[in-house]
Amino acid sequence: MSDFVRAFAFILGTTLMYATPLIYTAIGGVYSENSGVINIGLEGMMYVGAFAGAAIAVVTGNSWIAFLGAGVVSGLFGLLHAVACIKFNANQTVSGIAINFLAPGIALFVSRRMFNGATMTPSVPLELKLPRPLNGMFNSLMETYPDNLLIESLSTIFNQYITVYIAFAVVFGTWYLLYKTRLGLRIRAVGEHPKAADTVGVNVYRIRYLCVSASGFLSGLGGAALSIAIVSNFRPGLISGQGYIALAAMIFGKWKPRTTMLACFLFGATKGLQFFLGGPMVGFEISADLLAMMPYMITIVVLLGFVGKAVAPAASGKPYEMDVR
Amino acid sequence: MNEVLIVTLLAILMGLVVGAVVLVLAGYNPAEAYKTMFLGIVSRPKYIGWTLVRSTPLILTGLSVAFAFRTGLFNIGAEGQFMVGVLVAGVLGYVIELPAIIHLPLVIIGATVAAGLYGGLAGYFKAKYGVHEVISTIMLNWIALYFSNYMVYRPYLKNPQPEATYDIHETARTTIDWLQPLLGRSVKANWGLAISIIVVIWVSYYLFKTVQGYELRAVGYNKDAAEYAGINVNNCIVKSMFIAGALAGLAGALHVTGVSFHVSKLAVSEGYGFNGIAVALMGNNSPIGVLLCALLFGGLQYGGTKMGTLGVPSEVVSIVIGSIIFLIAISKVFKPILKYINKAKGEVVK
Repeated sequence: MSDFVRAFAFILGTTLMYATPLIYTAIGGVYSENSGVINIGLEGMMYVGAFAGAAIAVVTGNSWIAFLGAGVVSGLFGLLHAVACIKFNANQTVSGIAINFLAPGIALFVSRRMFNGATMTPSVPLELKLPRPLNGMFNSLMETYPDNLLIESLSTIFNQYITVYIAFAVVFGTWYLLYKTRLGLRIRAVGEHPKAADTVGVNVYRIRYLCVSASGFLSGLGGAALSIAIVSNFRPGLISGQGYIALAAMIFGKWKPRTTMLACFLFGATKGLQFFLGGPMVGFEISADLLAMMPYMITIVVLLGFVGKAVAPAASGKPYEMDVR
Repeated sequence: MNEVLIVTLLAILMGLVVGAVVLVLAGYNPAEAYKTMFLGIVSRPKYIGWTLVRSTPLILTGLSVAFAFRTGLFNIGAEGQFMVGVLVAGVLGYVIELPAIIHLPLVIIGATVAAGLYGGLAGYFKAKYGVHEVISTIMLNWIALYFSNYMVYRPYLKNPQPEATYDIHETARTTIDWLQPLLGRSVKANWGLAISIIVVIWVSYYLFKTVQGYELRAVGYNKDAAEYAGINVNNCIVKSMFIAGALAGLAGALHVTGVSFHVSKLAVSEGYGFNGIAVALMGNNSPIGVLLCALLFGGLQYGGTKMGTLGVPSEVVSIVIGSIIFLIAISKVFKPILKYINKAKGEVVK
């Protein structure tokens, strides 16, 4: 029984840890696409955010400045995408792919310039990483009640970096903003029917600039949540496709914040299961490569079995020109 | 010259300018860097050979992505389809022993068909279950990567020394021996480029001169109108993804039979498929454009590494390529120039 509880706690804890960077980035995608702009550039924005976070943390020695700085740097790439899509009516997929080449290129170029030719940033010292706010509480609880399975399990699950809790707040805030405020209604109107929104006085362009920049900002937080919380430096293979996974989670979550979060959790959970089955807790050995395939296979099976046709916001991907009917 | 061509050329030129500005800002001499890169591509037959060998897979992965785009599908999965081609070619090339005249075609066709089925799977998921091909192909990329790694470690395939399978037999290789005195052994001259060019011609013919190609493009232009006109849209989706997958798989097969000769264990994918997306976009999804842009891309990538001798980070190439694609995306900025050119030619300005 206690083994089962420990295993369960381990998988839940890993789920939260792995889902978090995806949640930031995927919620970024939710903003962009709900305002009508496809953002394939999430991958590149996450990449540059991971680098900026680690680099700023090393230089300034302050992880909070680094976390926000990563958002701002990626936000600039979001703005670049926004300018292309809004000002120049760019093909949004093409612009996004361009960002996926530009942003990693710039990140690695700057890295080599800043760190003597290295594409890997120096490690952020442990005390400079983002904090685990509940660490002290759980540690003292475990000291007071040694061998208490409940406290041990709760610690495994909830003793997380603060980025995890902020991610929850971001999801809730996004849901509230999109569905309970006037601005959210405008964003969704712009994504569904920009002409109608324009007719009733909504500034389509301003809303889109805001949302696409926000998606860059959040992708940057997602990248930094990896580089200065889960691990403690940036290296070229760190992101390798997670931005695309976030994009997939957003489509899977049907462009809505809460379901997108659940899609990220599904993905994190399959990762948790992968590490559990590959770890010492199970009595048998499975090829690590086959286990590594599992999250992606489960995702496809879930998509085939449980999800119907995905419908994007109606105007997503279409440039809006005020004077064209 | 048509407008698309002018825009592409302007974008390439401006992309190089952006790269130069970045180099100046970082304190390097751009003229020297570009000269090193250019000479590193063309100054010796060996360099030209390397550039062509490097560009070959990009021609076909670019063609794969462009083909799917023509049917309105975004094939992010060229990466995984390439890996399936590599794996199947690597396995068939090693485990089977046959005379070259049968063995080589068997290896190439086997790998191409396997990757075609892998791509077609994403098409089937979309047609039958409505699963967005962007999601399914992203997942299939990772599955291909880890499955390939799993197979590389099977005892009957794995070479004891490096993290790779045993080399394929001579009978399964496309090496061109008579080019070796000219280019040197290290270049690994092979028939891949010639085969790729033939495939480019075939794809142009298929897309633009056959009924099936017309149907695929009709679905890409307007799915509903195509359906109304009696075209079986779901059938077209599966077919298009099969062909796209086969093209990427052929790239993988030619890579194994001509260059690598074995399948390696990979931590992350090598990027042939993702770079194919860039090539397709730069080439405006036209087969001939893809061919030329693959050569440009391969040249920049190979020549870019030469800048390392000056201490210039080769990543400036990614910045140049990203800028070119970005400028193509915002091609509206070139409108005044196009107007000027049209005026000079005395044509009516649109």
